[in-house]
Amino acid sequence: MRLTVNGECRTLDDGARVADVVLAVMSQAAQPVAVRATGAAQTRGVAVAVNGDVVPRSAWPDLPLRDGDTIEVLTAVPGG
Amino acid sequence: MGNAGGPPVDEFALGGQVLGSRLVLGTGGATSHASLAAAIRASGTALVTVALRRLDPTAPSLLDAIDGVRILPNTAGCHTAVEAVKLAHLAREAFGTTWVKLEVIGDEDTLLPDAVELLTAAATLVDDGFTVLPYTTDDPVLSRRLADVGCAAVMPLGSPIGSGMGIRNPHNIELIRDAVTVPVIVDAGIGTASDAALAMELGCDAVLVASAVTRAEHPVTMAAAMRHAVTAGRLAYLAGRIPRRAYATASSPVHGLPTW
Repeated sequence: MRLTVNGECRTLDDGARVADVVLAVMSQAAQPVAVRATGAAQTRGVAVAVNGDVVPRSAWPDLPLRDGDTIEVLTAVPGG
Repeated sequence: MGNAGGPPVDEFALGGQVLGSRLVLGTGGATSHASLAAAIRASGTALVTVALRRLDPTAPSLLDAIDGVRILPNTAGCHTAVEAVKLAHLAREAFGTTWVKLEVIGDEDTLLPDAVELLTAAATLVDDGFTVLPYTTDDPVLSRRLADVGCAAVMPLGSPIGSGMGIRNPHNIELIRDAVTVPVIVDAGIGTASDAALAMELGCDAVLVASAVTRAEHPVTMAAAMRHAVTAGRLAYLAGRIPRRAYATASSPVHGLPTW
């Protein structure tokens, strides 16, 4: 399915859940293997909205995505 | 530092928690996570602000740099109550905190708050269970309205964000101090240590400093200066300054002066 993730088009397998898209975004990190190995610990400070609705962390593993969904994956940056 | 048997001078209660420093550090403008971490240590702060933006997987984790201090997410960049409320809820998910520095900006050039949207967002977030710390204009009436809807503090500006112009209307800050019972934290415009000291001398409970530290030529040194300034200003407030007079008052006795 085709999704818009942080403003960019991205294709994920049908049946993907919110957790899959978070992992897909984070696996672009400089050390993607380390990210996969540590899993949830690396998502500290990450929040997700799907089509403008906040998705609680507890729902990430189960909430299915649909073709055309718009997803924002956010984290802390210096500010304020 | 001593306070004549009272609580430690640097401690203050905010949102039901006791913080060990009256200096809140904004992280905006930091050039590196390493210098930010050093500035945090030098400032002695117990509370630092962060913004929430799209995740850049190639960037190092900011949270690693600010370990050990409480996180205060902000809603910077929001222009409506709806946007700010949504971002606050995302921040609660990201950081597991109900605390939020509420910013709703009404003008791009001055970054002054939009009072109407701010009050609406504050009331909504209080109802949603947040500890709301609103960035506001130095308006005593708006500050009272924000306190009335349940904000845990009010954070009036001294002057526009990042301007370094200090406290342009000290009288209004004093009026705000008198208008609310919640903590008053001067939030914007601090340029150097004397500005932070003045905020505390006016009776504010804390000072939030960002650019003045992160964009200083030597951020770690300025962070230490701010730490001392906030403590000095608080002590001066507690000490009770002498009244201002138009003419001199001799400090040496007149009695006993020899005649020639």
